[in-house]
Amino acid sequence: MSAPDSALGFDRLTMEFPGVRALDAVSFGVRAGCVHALMGENGAGKSTLLKILSGAYRPTGGTVRLAGQATAFASTAGALAAGVAVIYQELHLVPGMTVAENLLLGRYPRRGLLLDRATLRAEATRLLQLVGEDISPDTRLGHLPLAQRQMVEIAKALGRGARIVAFDEPTSSLSAKETRRLFGIIRDLRARGTAILYVTHRMDEVYEICDAATVLRDGRHVVTHEALAGVPRDALVKSMVGRELTNIYHYRPRPHAPDGLEVRGLAGPGLRAPASFHAARGEIVGFFGLVGAGRTELMRLLCGAVRPTAGEVRIHGAVVRGGSPRSAIRAGLVFCPEDRKKEGIIPILSVAENINLSARRTRLRAGGWLDHGWERDNAAAQIARLGIRTASAATPIGLLSGGNQQKAILARWLSERVRVVVLDEPTRGIDIGAKGEIYALIHDLAAAGASIVIVSSELPEVLGISDRVFVMREGLVAAELSRAAATPEAVLHAALPAGSAN
Amino acid sequence: MSSPPPAQPSRFARAWESAGMLLVLAVLFLICSLFVDNFLTVTNLRGLALAVATIGMVACTMMFCLAAGDFDLSVGSVVAFAGVLGATVMNTTGSVAAGFAAALASGALIGFVNGVFVARLGINALITTLASMQIVRGLGFIVSDGRAVGIRTDRFFEFGNSAWLGIPVPVWLTAGCFTIFGVLLNQTIFGRNALAIGGNKEAAHLAGVPVTRVKVIIFTLQGLVAAFAGLVLAARMTSGQPNTSQGLELEVISACVLGGVSLSGGVARIGAVIAGVLIMGLVQNAMNLLNIPPFYQYVARGCILLGAVMLDRLKQRS
Repeated sequence: MSAPDSALGFDRLTMEFPGVRALDAVSFGVRAGCVHALMGENGAGKSTLLKILSGAYRPTGGTVRLAGQATAFASTAGALAAGVAVIYQELHLVPGMTVAENLLLGRYPRRGLLLDRATLRAEATRLLQLVGEDISPDTRLGHLPLAQRQMVEIAKALGRGARIVAFDEPTSSLSAKETRRLFGIIRDLRARGTAILYVTHRMDEVYEICDAATVLRDGRHVVTHEALAGVPRDALVKSMVGRELTNIYHYRPRPHAPDGLEVRGLAGPGLRAPASFHAARGEIVGFFGLVGAGRTELMRLLCGAVRPTAGEVRIHGAVVRGGSPRSAIRAGLVFCPEDRKKEGIIPILSVAENINLSARRTRLRAGGWLDHGWERDNAAAQIARLGIRTASAATPIGLLSGGNQQKAILARWLSERVRVVVLDEPTRGIDIGAKGEIYALIHDLAAAGASIVIVSSELPEVLGISDRVFVMREGLVAAELSRAAATPEAVLHAALPAGSAN
Repeated sequence: MSSPPPAQPSRFARAWESAGMLLVLAVLFLICSLFVDNFLTVTNLRGLALAVATIGMVACTMMFCLAAGDFDLSVGSVVAFAGVLGATVMNTTGSVAAGFAAALASGALIGFVNGVFVARLGINALITTLASMQIVRGLGFIVSDGRAVGIRTDRFFEFGNSAWLGIPVPVWLTAGCFTIFGVLLNQTIFGRNALAIGGNKEAAHLAGVPVTRVKVIIFTLQGLVAAFAGLVLAARMTSGQPNTSQGLELEVISACVLGGVSLSGGVARIGAVIAGVLIMGLVQNAMNLLNIPPFYQYVARGCILLGAVMLDRLKQRS
């Protein structure tokens, strides 16, 4: 039951979709002036709860209480008016408009029939100061880096006088420095008595910023810790997954054979110097770097998404020609992009279609006919093998949770003759249980002789899974470290720009 | 196992998905049969089928265009140009084959150029095909000097005006197009690639789908089929008319949308497109039989299109 003094309370909140109960009588409360972590695996019901809170969904049962009062939001506008702001991972901003126009979107100051530009700018400047951002309000939003856009989104919520702010994985696209600033803002909000619901997968953040925590699993409430400080980390993880997690990275030494992937002098947009590196057969190499270090750019050159201006890529000794994803795939190099929604999945097509998309190139019968039987079997086999949680193979993939979408994208490549697998942030926004499954899969691929290149912003992940670690900094490959040498200090030291004190 | 129980779309939604427009067609057909005099006669139904032949053929390839997230406004102009060019070449050379070859080749070339501009150079399909629509219309007038080109080769007329098993040849040809493109959509990798491109172009590209090539092929096929439809039309009219088929592109797109093809790409079903084409033809036919003046027919057609789209919207919400 939600405590009566809660600023925000959920009372037996239930949300049923046809055939699925996404939330099952969930009750807990968030106190004013408290940062409350909401944790759980993908599919645990966190997103559904946030959507109800933001007014996007109407619960099929139970109530949301604001300061004890039962509330039903008719729309997202209704939630905003009631002082509830939900800040999503995918930002709801208009790239073509200026920062000021975005900040006051929907409530522009007017003078008669005209837009009051002076007030607009003044108000926008005030909001930007609240989040400590030194951006001109006239900057076009699309010109800002992702991290700053996120700050704009937060400022927008503050500007609406939100008394309850929910964050959905706010740090997934922020650098360490930006994360620290965000935490500063969150502490300010807390000091002013705002109730904050904080959704994250990152344990460190939970212990750093949160006072209380609630864990959901499979749509049910598992536990609420009103005082998080005394709760051991293992207990929290265990309550999320319902089982003990031992070594989620599944690291084990594997035999390496020469002649895997060889990259020589690869150059192109986003790189300050040509990049060279190699990954043996059966080896996992990690790429670490701060946001903007050029990791994604390098991977996009490697997989042919962007045409390199110089350099060569060899796979098993043979030069890859063509400079397109298609030619890379033909040579056995496959790519899982960073932005799953934009570049990975085809949301309106079925899970089966998404899995078979690439496979069918190599399975085509004469004249390019589809082999419906093979496609059905392949989709079913991959769904079973990876444990993809989907109602059926015919379900549109856009309806699946992030972790299951990622597994389906990996499944796309499992029926291929893969020699090199390039993974850009493969576990971003994915819960800890699905992460473990994906790591196990990566190890299986490597054990079968594939060379794996994995990009990650999460240091423990890079260190946990890689045989060797490359560190990128400001558009170049700055360091190469063996697994033994790759301590957090050494990697961070190499990743930080020269001249920065810490 | 902690996975959620299987979620199936409701049975109504699925049934509507597969047969909704066929049902609407059946109901309309029944109503017209009961209440419109002379509707349910062999002569009238034959006329109805002939009337939708051009739209039907062009809708096959327009479905692919829309599925891949593009559209082609130049088809009406290509129909007219192909008829005029075919007629002129037949009159000059006396050879039906030469006329066919010239018209089909030019249609395919126009489509290819559209495709290169859209897919290779990345120019918006609306702008590209709006331009080619006017250019090709102009070319038709230039070739014919603005007048209908009467065709002197009788053998060519049979192609448009004879019948087989009591059904006019153009109707057979339209049915052939539906079959070929239906198979292409559902049974081939090409069809799946078109849907994938419309669903998410960037993801398809990174997954190894040859996006540019597929798009260029779709536009080329679109030009080819429009030119073929233009030849069939010219054979029926025994002349190439530079003025014909103005606004055809919008009727074709309307028929596809009626058939549930998504304008944002990624969704297409041939059965529903056939139903869409027939609904358009049926309504037109019934209005003619009821002596509704043409001015009102425009209004009625627009309302039907809006109604269909709204129905689709409601279905998605349920």
